[in-house]
Formats: sequence, C-alpha cells, structure tokens
Amino acid sequence: MSTVETQRTLDAVWRIESPKLIAGLSRIVRDVGVAEELVQDAFVSALVQWPESGIPRNPGAWLMAVAKRRAIDRFRREDVVELKHQEIAREIQLHETGEPDVDALDDDIGDDLLRLIFIACHPVLSTEARIALTLRLLGGLSTSDIARAFLVAEPVVAQRIVRAKRTLSEAHIPFEVPNASERAARLSSVLGVLYLIFNEGYAASAGDDVLRPALCEDALWLGRVLAQLVPDDSEVHALVALMEIQASRSTARVNASGEPILLLDQDRGRWDQLLIRRGLAALERAEALGGALGPYAFQAAIAACHARAHTAEQTDWTRIAALYDALAQVLPSPVVQLNRAVAVGMAYGAAAGLELVDALRSEPSLKAYHLLSSVRGDLLEKLSRFGEAQTEFEHAAELAHNVRDRTLMRERAARCAHR
Amino acid sequence: MRFVSIYKLSPDRFAAPPSEGEMAAMGLLIGEMQAAGVLVDTGGTAPTDISLRVRRAGAQTTLTDGPFTESKEVIGGYAVLDVQSKDEAILWTRRFLDCAGDGVVELTEVTTGP
Repeated sequence: MSTVETQRTLDAVWRIESPKLIAGLSRIVRDVGVAEELVQDAFVSALVQWPESGIPRNPGAWLMAVAKRRAIDRFRREDVVELKHQEIAREIQLHETGEPDVDALDDDIGDDLLRLIFIACHPVLSTEARIALTLRLLGGLSTSDIARAFLVAEPVVAQRIVRAKRTLSEAHIPFEVPNASERAARLSSVLGVLYLIFNEGYAASAGDDVLRPALCEDALWLGRVLAQLVPDDSEVHALVALMEIQASRSTARVNASGEPILLLDQDRGRWDQLLIRRGLAALERAEALGGALGPYAFQAAIAACHARAHTAEQTDWTRIAALYDALAQVLPSPVVQLNRAVAVGMAYGAAAGLELVDALRSEPSLKAYHLLSSVRGDLLEKLSRFGEAQTEFEHAAELAHNVRDRTLMRERAARCAHR
Repeated sequence: MRFVSIYKLSPDRFAAPPSEGEMAAMGLLIGEMQAAGVLVDTGGTAPTDISLRVRRAGAQTTLTDGPFTESKEVIGGYAVLDVQSKDEAILWTRRFLDCAGDGVVELTEVTTGP
C-alpha cells in the first residue's frame, strides 16, 4: 500500500475515529489540546507504519493503543514535579506508580464523546471559538477546511482554536457532563452551535466552495451522534429533525444558475425522501418524549408540514399558523412574528396577515429588514392595493442585501405599477 | 455521498448460519454505524425461497423464479451508506467484512432525486 493511499485511508479514519480518540484521551490527560496532540502523533505513526504493515484490522483500536503509549511516554518524559506546577496535573488520574490510568480509556467512549461535545461548546468560549473547536475536535475538520468553509483566513481560525484550548485549560473547565441544574442551558449551547454550523452551510449557494455545503453534513452528522448520546432530550431529536428536513431540499432550492428557488416554487420531486423520512422519524421521537415542546420542535414541526405536502397547494397553513403561534410563545422574536403573519395570510387570507404585519412596523429591529417590506408588499398586492404594494417593494429593494433580492423586488414593484 | 453496498457470498457459506459471536460482532458494528449516522438502511436476505428475476427485453417482460442454484455467489444482504468520501465507504466495508467473513461487497455510488 502506497503512502498516498495510506494518507487517503487515514483521512477517512481521522473523521470516524479521531473524536472518540480525543475524547477518551481528554479524560485521562484532562486537556483537550494535549489529547489532540497525542492523537495526531498516533496518526503520524500510522502514516509511517501502515504502508509497510497494511491497514490494521481495527484501525481505531490500533491508534488508541499507540496514543496510550504516547501518553505514558509523555508522563515519563516530563518531570512529575514539573507537571505538578501545571494546573492540569492536579486532575490527572494517576496510578500509584505515577503513570496515567490509561486502561480507564476503554470504559465508556460514549460518555467521553459527550463530555467532549459539552466542553467544545462551553459558554466560557466565544461563539466563533465554539464553532471552530467543535468542527476541529468533533467534526475532524482541519484548520484550513474550517477557514475555507467560513471564508476567513487560516491563521485566524488557528488562533481561535489555540486561544479556545488555552481558555479551557486556564479556566479549569472540568471534562465532565454538566449536572442536572446546568444541563439544559449547556445542551442549548451545543444545539445552538450545531444549528449555526448547519446554517452556515445551508446559506451557501450551489456555486460556492463545496466545503460550505459540507458543513450541513457535518452538523447533521454531529446532531445524529448527539441524539444517540442524549436519547432522552426532545430538543436534540427536534434539531436533528429540523436539519434533516431542511437538508432534504438542498438540491431543489437553487436553480441551474445558482439562484434561490422559494420553498413554494420548488420541484418537490427533487426533495430527498430519505432525509425527509429520517427527519419525520426524528420529530416523532422528539414528540414521543412528552413534556413541553421547545423552539426546535416547533420549527421542525413546521418544516414537517411542508415536507408532508406533495404539492404547495396541499400545505396545511392552518396548522403552520398555529405552530408559529406556539413558536412565538417559546421564542419571542419579531422574525418569528413575521413568519407567523405570512402563515396567517396563507391560512386565513391576506387581510388577516396584513393586520399582523402592520403591528410589526413599529418594531425597531425590523426597520432595516427587507423581508418586512417584501411580505407587506406581497399581502397588499394580493389585496389589489397595488400603489401601496409598489411602494413597499421599492422600499424592500433599497434594503435588500444582495443583487438577486434587489432585482426581484424591483420587478415586483414594476409589475404593481402596471396594474 | 451515498453508496449501495451489496454483499455476496458462496452458497455454502450462505447455507451455514452465523455463530452467536459473529452475530454479536455484527450487531455492535451496526450500532456503531447507526450512531455515526452512516447506516441509512440495511437488511439481510430473508430465510425464504423467494427470489426472482424480472427481465425486460423489447416489449417482453419475463419472470424467472429463483433460487438460482447455478450462481457462484448469492446475495447475503445490502446496506445504504451515507458517507463523506469513497475512502470512508471502503473503511466501513472493511469493518463489515471483518464481521461477515469471506465474500464480496459491491459498492456503487448512487445519486438521489431525478
């Protein structure tokens, strides 16, 4: 086997095995940065040895064995007294011989993985740092992959990751699953990070670098892993459901020239039925857990309404309007209110929708939001109030951030002018 | 990327039921693949004699009932994998064959939608 082939295999092994290896070692060395280095060293050994020996039967176990030996070497090499000066040394699990308890590694890799997810998304870190660290440690992405996906320079990401690891170790963040009192808030931070990663990928159009849409797959993958590790949390399953259903439309939502196609205009035959099935199943799991539904559950339920409708006309707008109503209760935000107004307009007529939109016009956070004017224009047009609709579309065109939206708004304004 | 994986094995091996140990190892692997979100769907050949070929040539459709005893290999099972690279699909397939034993897996990339 050639070195090039080995490298390709190792890239795939890295993605599958590195999170588990880093997680297991983090528990022993109590420092995710050190753990990551140990795992990287083990991969370097593999790159040297595998071209000769072939791929071991169980690559993960092989790498873990090497990484464990490296951990022991490191402890022997470094002066234990010296280590004691370092804060991390306090928490290292040592045998009486002074060696780390590496066998504790095989205990429960699932728990370690969960600890790693929680620490990567720790509130002590900035949102950017959480995203970068999660993709690096759990998604197996390289620094340059992350930089390309987020359209920032590689040194910026590298810095972000280094600083994040330092923050974690300086703040003595314990490598543990948070206790019951903190759990909900910490889990919500994890879900927030995954959804941000997903949306970053989803916002990218087809013409963009392929790494950006791949972020959707990374977020979905991490979400599915999390759902296995935290099977009793409704919002985890709900977020997975939401991402699965949104991802099902990824090929249908842009045309050949990369322009976005609105949900109601999409060719539903191009929606990925497998992802829809997975999404609906995840939503069922979320709802079956009982208890009060959270924001992801309502968003997923709304996405599911669209997914279940074979044609745009079959959309159950009454149900969607009710779900937005419920969502607005748990996630009070003007944007949710605006979406609710759209749904109400579809379910009960443009006049009912317009009433809700008009109530939002004094909302300061929506002042510069072109969709408010665009939605209002649309409802006015439906009510044959073409003059007012034209004004709204023109206003929306001024506020729109990209050329495509601006053009679309101008076209609609022009159409109203001719009525 | 999505792959269809078809596992084929000799009729002799197919006729011999797997040991409890083999079944347990396969169960663990399937659990791991599901946890990783890799395994979309999988199934083993049902213990019935139902297998048939439906062939279309021109306007003519012909049905041939199995089992097809002349075959050197029979289908033992299938899986649909959702992975990020061909190498990842190969890696999981190696792990599968570690559990399943001698046989061949045909991996084919598939696209979804029209």
